[in-house]
Amino acid sequence: MTTRTMLFKIYRYDPDKDNAPYMQDISIEVDSVTDRKLLDVLVKLKAKDDTLSYRRSCREGICGSDAMNINGKNGLACLTEVKDLKEPVVLRPLPGLPVIRDLIVDMTQFFKQYHSIKPYLINDTPPPERERLQSPDDREELNGLYECILCACCSTSCPSFWWNPDKFVGPAGLLNAYRFIADTRDEATNARLDDLEDPYRLFRCHSIMNCVDVCPKGLNPTKAIGKIKEMMVRRAV
Amino acid sequence: MVNRIVVGAHYGLKDWIIQRATAIIMAIYTVIFLAVVGAVSPNSFEAWRGIFAGGFMKFITFLFFVSLFYHAWIGVRDIWMDYAKPDGLRLVLMIATAAVLVGYAGWAVQILWRM
Repeated sequence: MTTRTMLFKIYRYDPDKDNAPYMQDISIEVDSVTDRKLLDVLVKLKAKDDTLSYRRSCREGICGSDAMNINGKNGLACLTEVKDLKEPVVLRPLPGLPVIRDLIVDMTQFFKQYHSIKPYLINDTPPPERERLQSPDDREELNGLYECILCACCSTSCPSFWWNPDKFVGPAGLLNAYRFIADTRDEATNARLDDLEDPYRLFRCHSIMNCVDVCPKGLNPTKAIGKIKEMMVRRAV
Repeated sequence: MVNRIVVGAHYGLKDWIIQRATAIIMAIYTVIFLAVVGAVSPNSFEAWRGIFAGGFMKFITFLFFVSLFYHAWIGVRDIWMDYAKPDGLRLVLMIATAAVLVGYAGWAVQILWRM
């Protein structure tokens, strides 16, 4: 068991007390065996200074709560290896969303966009006795789409989302939109494409692939957006 | 009028396709242009003029400029959409951009067919 001291620079802001946000330097002893992920260190940091605020829940990359900007790149604290981090480790809240306190952001706008794509199966035919079946090939298309945990790492790393968060659906929303467009059990394909054919909702995406770069689940929103555009082209020509 | 966020103009696909098509046209023209200039190696005004004297060269050069201006229209409009927040300002900037580009297109025609 080896321990070392690591330096952290953490964005702090408590609107009840602080006039402006500031960066706080904190050193902490990190154990190479027990503190393997950044979230482990954040738990230790909170034990040292309990005013430090961040979201967390499952600690295994499923809930998407502990998304933050780690050394300039969005990611999940619970999936980030401490040994790979360059010091000082700079932690900031996700960019482009209003800060509630410290590393906690207000995700209202992000979820508003997600809800706008109607993230549920639309099928008005009477359900069969057991379940709506798909062929293995049709089901295959949903791989790489359904795994999205809505952590907002992608959308908050996208400049188009920074400039137009109220109008551009964002990579997470568009990936989920394609998840339902691609679903053979869904019957609202045309309405979904109509809704997205818009200079702001879809066509703010210029395929710079920041979303692909940061996705902690290794998903590819740019590819999904490309497939939406391809379907629109196929429908139009 | 309440100041609600309205979105859903339902256009964009055509522009997206045209932006890609014009990019391909410009890329092909660049290759043809470089090949012609390489073959002729013009060293005088008359030689340069000779390149654009033929109908085919006039046609593809005109096509290139139309592609360039349409491509620029979509790109510059995107910039205004991202950064010019007041709706009125954005409209004025878009109209100004379109006016300038249409003017340029006319100017390009005049230059090409004067040769």
